[in-house]
Amino acid sequence: MKTYLKTTINGEDKELLCEPRQSLLDVLRDELELTGTKEGCNNGNCGACNIMLDGRLVNSCMVLALEAQGKQVETIEGVADTEGLHPLQEVFLEEAALQCGICTPGFILSAKSLLEKNPNPTEDDVRLWLAGNLCRCTGYDKIVRAVLESAKRLSESPQSEVAS
Amino acid sequence: MDAFDYFAPDNLSEALTLLATPNKTSRPLAGGTDLIVQLRETGLKCDQVIDLKNLAELTQFQSEGGKGWTIGAAVPCSEIYENAEFASQYPGIIDAASLIGGIQIQNRASFGGNLCNASPAADAIPALIAHSVTCQVASKSGTREVNVEDFCQSPGKTVLSEGEILVSLKLPATPKRFGAAYQRFIPRNEMDIAVAGAGSSVVLSEDGKTIESLRVGLGAVAPTPLLVQEISDKLKGKEVDSATFEQAAEIARSYANPISDTRGEDWQRVHLAGVLTQRTLQIACERAQAAL
Repeated sequence: MKTYLKTTINGEDKELLCEPRQSLLDVLRDELELTGTKEGCNNGNCGACNIMLDGRLVNSCMVLALEAQGKQVETIEGVADTEGLHPLQEVFLEEAALQCGICTPGFILSAKSLLEKNPNPTEDDVRLWLAGNLCRCTGYDKIVRAVLESAKRLSESPQSEVAS
Repeated sequence: MDAFDYFAPDNLSEALTLLATPNKTSRPLAGGTDLIVQLRETGLKCDQVIDLKNLAELTQFQSEGGKGWTIGAAVPCSEIYENAEFASQYPGIIDAASLIGGIQIQNRASFGGNLCNASPAADAIPALIAHSVTCQVASKSGTREVNVEDFCQSPGKTVLSEGEILVSLKLPATPKRFGAAYQRFIPRNEMDIAVAGAGSSVVLSEDGKTIESLRVGLGAVAPTPLLVQEISDKLKGKEVDSATFEQAAEIARSYANPISDTRGEDWQRVHLAGVLTQRTLQIACERAQAAL
């Protein structure tokens, strides 16, 4: 039975009908055409589907869409603003911290949530935090370096989005 | 995933009524990190999913003013370890909450769910055993309490009967000179299921040299997590030294009755039960001594 869902996605109110068995990932991609969020393993191991739900990083494949009722959802589409890319996105591009790119939206969301909590992480902090994100191309080194470089840039510009 | 109905009641009695709907199979939902995967991948069938996260009783997390703490069954791991006041009193719980899954899982997965999933390898349960936790269970016909070491009955099966849910966990206040720890062995650094795990707690004498009381819980070495009562009985009053830790390890090994599977051989798990008992007891003692 289709059920009414009202939720806020990247600051915009959305109303739609969805089935209780649809995951939030399914609804984002198939109903709302927000295909930046990727499906990898679909069982909570890989982090490709990472989004923020009420300010917490979650695997959207393991959230029923109806659980987002009345909640705030942030996806990769909401990370860049009208001014341009988020520093994390810029550095990922500059440092080539991606190859095929399927894991990248999840890594960006995951890294962003880390930097919001801990603006000056050590390499160990970054590796531990990103343990729930899998990348089968890069070997992780470039990703870890990109996150550390982003942290440096963000801490040098205190007016940045992350600081707010 | 097969179709089901979804309800997110905002009061406990409505939730219990829904769970007891005649001729319908119901599954309670907390963080969903086990349930949603099981619905999708293992063909688990249910007619209705009852989301418990709008219930105050299931999402409470509070100090009971000197009488310990209450953790609602749906409170996620990250909320538990982010509470500094709680963390300073319940180190074994914090160890377990910090190593279940990655950050994404910790933001959803609850201790209540870990108990109800009843995996022999559940990381939360040996720590809950070490901390002498009691489970608060409710159904339409009333409430009851179950000691956490009695909650799991076999892999995937708990003491909960039809229509019952786990509402919250009651953690007794930690006495003075108390310490606890949880460790598991996995072949990776993160994001894995325990090959074996152990949670220990101790209360030391005033001079910090003698163990007044202790509890050890073991995971992944039997069909359910185990309280090793013999360690509590035989080693209370012993000195804090390596001989005592080795005796505890020997008793722990004798209670380990594991299977061999893809994660480890039975003999390795027996060995690990000893090593992890020894290590967690030592850390628990060090933590208790640090607070002297």
